[in-house]
Amino acid sequence: MIYDFSWFTFSIFAVFVGSVLGLSFYLGSRAKSAKGYYAAGGGIHWFVNGIAFAGDYLSAASFLGICGMIAFSGYDGFLYSIGYLAGWIVALFVVAEPLKRMGRFTFADALDSKFNSRGIKLPAAISTLAVSIVYLIPQMVGAGALIQPLLGLRHVYGVLIVGVAVTVIVVTAGMVSTTYVQFIKGSLLVIFCSILTVMILNRGLTTNPGTPEHPFHAFKVLPAAELLSTPGLTEIPLAGPWKDKPYVRLKDEQGIITVWRKGKDEMLSEAQYLKTLKAGGTIVNGLPLGKDAGQATLHTVGHISKLPDGKTETGSLGPVDFFNTILDSEIVLWGSETVAEDDGKTVVYYQKPASGSEILTPGNTSTFKGVRSDKIYDKLDFISLMIALFCGTASLPHILIRYYTVKDQASARKSTVVGIASIGFFYILTLYLGLGAMTSGTLDVTNSNMAAPLLARSFGNLLFAVISAIAFTTVLGTVSGLIMAASGAVAHDILTNYLKIDMNDYMKVRAGKIVAVVVGIIAMALGIVFETMNVTFLVGWAFNVAASANLPSLVMVLFWRGTTKQGITAAILVGMVSSLLWIFMSSQAYTVYGWETKAIVPFSQPAIITIPLGFVTLIAVSLLTQKTGTAEVLARPASAAAGE
Amino acid sequence: MLMAGLGSPHAPQPQPDHSESAGTIARNSQYGVILFFVYLLLYGGFIYLAAFKFEWMSRKLWGANVAIVYGMALIVAAFVLATLYMFLCRSNHEQDGAAS
Repeated sequence: MIYDFSWFTFSIFAVFVGSVLGLSFYLGSRAKSAKGYYAAGGGIHWFVNGIAFAGDYLSAASFLGICGMIAFSGYDGFLYSIGYLAGWIVALFVVAEPLKRMGRFTFADALDSKFNSRGIKLPAAISTLAVSIVYLIPQMVGAGALIQPLLGLRHVYGVLIVGVAVTVIVVTAGMVSTTYVQFIKGSLLVIFCSILTVMILNRGLTTNPGTPEHPFHAFKVLPAAELLSTPGLTEIPLAGPWKDKPYVRLKDEQGIITVWRKGKDEMLSEAQYLKTLKAGGTIVNGLPLGKDAGQATLHTVGHISKLPDGKTETGSLGPVDFFNTILDSEIVLWGSETVAEDDGKTVVYYQKPASGSEILTPGNTSTFKGVRSDKIYDKLDFISLMIALFCGTASLPHILIRYYTVKDQASARKSTVVGIASIGFFYILTLYLGLGAMTSGTLDVTNSNMAAPLLARSFGNLLFAVISAIAFTTVLGTVSGLIMAASGAVAHDILTNYLKIDMNDYMKVRAGKIVAVVVGIIAMALGIVFETMNVTFLVGWAFNVAASANLPSLVMVLFWRGTTKQGITAAILVGMVSSLLWIFMSSQAYTVYGWETKAIVPFSQPAIITIPLGFVTLIAVSLLTQKTGTAEVLARPASAAAGE
Repeated sequence: MLMAGLGSPHAPQPQPDHSESAGTIARNSQYGVILFFVYLLLYGGFIYLAAFKFEWMSRKLWGANVAIVYGMALIVAAFVLATLYMFLCRSNHEQDGAAS
C-alpha cells in the first residue's frame, strides 16, 4: 500500500508531537540533580500517577496491536485486553503493597532489601534490561508502522526517527517529565478513543464502506463457470509452485494477470497479490506498483458482505445492538499465502468470509487457535499466554517503579484504582475500535498494526492526524519510560551497587545517559528486524519473560521466610534464560528467522512451564542454602509480621 | 522516580512507610489475598470455558454472546474489586486513626 503525504495531516501531527515534546523539555529542565533526573521524589499526586499508569501501560501494543488484531481476526485481540487488565489485580492485591512498604526504589532494591547482596543486584538488573529490551521491540515496530502513512516514509525511517527522538528526550529530560508526558498522553488516548467509538456507533454498519474521499473497491465473488467463460480472459494452467494451490489465474487481453481463489459451491473470489521480482520492482495485481496511470496499489480492505435481513446499512447503533448486528452478519476477513516462483516471491491476499458469531468468539488467530483445537499443546499454548498476561504486569519493572512516585499506601491504592478504571475503560473501547476498523474499508491488508489510525482516516484526515499523533506520543512515552528503566538498572544497580564504582552525581547522570543511548540503538536495530510481526504478539513475549524471571522472586521474598539470596539469584536467572530460550526456539520465532523446519519447543508461550520452573528453582536452591544463616536475618513475611 | 538512591554513593537505606499500623497492614493484605482469589476464580473460569467448553462461548447472551459478556464482566470486575479493596482499606485506616 502506498500512503499519500499530506501537509495538513503532517502539520497537525507536528503541532501535537511538538507540544508534548516541548512540555517534556520544560518540565525536564526543572529537574537537574540525579534524584530529579531519575526520581519524581514521591511527590506525584495520586490522580496524576493513576492516569500516568494508563499512559505508561497503554503502549503502542495496546493501542495499535490490539485494535489491529481485532480488526484482522476478531475477538482474539480482546483476549489480550482481558489479560493485560487482569494483571493489575495481581499487582494491586499481591505485590504492590509489600513492595511499597519496603520503601525501595528499584525492582532490584526491593528484592535485595532483606539481603543487601551484590549477587542479587546483578541478575535483577540484567532481568530488568532483558524485559525492557524485549518490551521495546514492539514499541519500535509500532512507531515504524505509524510513520509510513503520515510521512510516506518506509518503516525503517520511522524506527530511526522514534529511536533518535526518544533517546534525545531521555538524555535531555528526566523522569518527572516522563510522568507528565504519560499523564497527558493517557488522558488524550482515552478521550479520543471514546470520541472515535461514538462516531463508529453513530455511523453504524454498511456493506459499502466507501466514501467520496476513499472509494471502496467492491471485491467480486463470481460463479466459476461465469468468470471462466468471460470473453478475453484465458486461464493460466497451474504449474510449478502454483500446482495444487486453490487458485485460478486469469490473463486478460492486455496481459494483466489476476488471481482468484476457489471457494465453496464452485465460486471464485477475487484475490490481490503483491509480487516482489528478483530482478527488482514490484507487481501489484498485474501492474507495476505505483499511483500513476498503468500502475496499481493494493486495495484497502475491510467490509461486511451480508448484514442481517438483507439490509445494506443499519444507521446508528447502540453499544449492544452493534454486537448483535455483527453476530448476525458475514464479514470478509483476509488471509495470505506466499508462493515462491522462479522470478520472485508472490504474496496472495485472499478473501476469507466469516460469520459474525465466529468472529466474536476466540480462536481465529494462530496464537489462540488452541481454543478450537483438540491438540493438547495448542490448548497449553493458549493457557500459557493467559497466565503470562495475568502474571506479567506485576513483574514489569517500569510499572512497579511507578508505585514509588506517590507518597503513601493509600495514594498507591487510589492511583491503582484510577489506573484500572481508565485502562479497563480503554480496553472495552478496543473491541469497538477493532470491529469498527474491521468494517471500515480502510485497512491495509499487509499491516495489521495500522488498523486504528486507518480507522480514524475513514472519518477524515483531521481525526487521522490526531489519532496518529496520540499513538506516536504513546510510543514516545512508553519507550522513554523503558529506556529510563534500563538505564537505571545499569547505572544504579550494576555500576553503583554491583561494581561499587564511586561516582558523583554528575557522573551518575552521565553514565545513565550513555546507557540510554546504547539501549536506544539496540531498540532501533530490533525494531527494524521485527517489522512485520503484530506488536501485541511481541508484547505477549515480554510478559512471558517478565513473569518468568521476576514473579517467583517477588512473591517468595514477600511471602516465604525461607527464601535465600542464592534462591533468588538462581530463580531470576533460570526464569529469564529458560523463557528467552523457549521463545527463540518457538515456531513463531522460526518465522522471523525464515526457517521452515519444525520448532524444537511444542508451543510458543513459555509461561506455563517457566514460571513454575522459577518457583521450583527458588525453593530448591533456598532449601539447599539454608545453612548459610541468611534465613535468620530474613524479615518475616509481610502479613505475619504485621499481624503481631 | 526510578531511584532516589542514585543521589547517594551507596545503596539507599530502607524508608518504611509508617502511614499505616501493623494491624491495618495485616488486615489489608488479608483483604488483598481474598480478593485476589475471587478474581482468580473469575479469570480461571473464563480460561476454562475458552479452552474446554468452547461451544458455550458462542451462545447468545444479553444481545451479545457469552465471550463478549464474560470478557467485559472481567474488566468491570477488576474495577469493582479494586474499588472495594480501596474502601475496605480506607475504613481500616480510619479505625486506626480513631484508636490511636
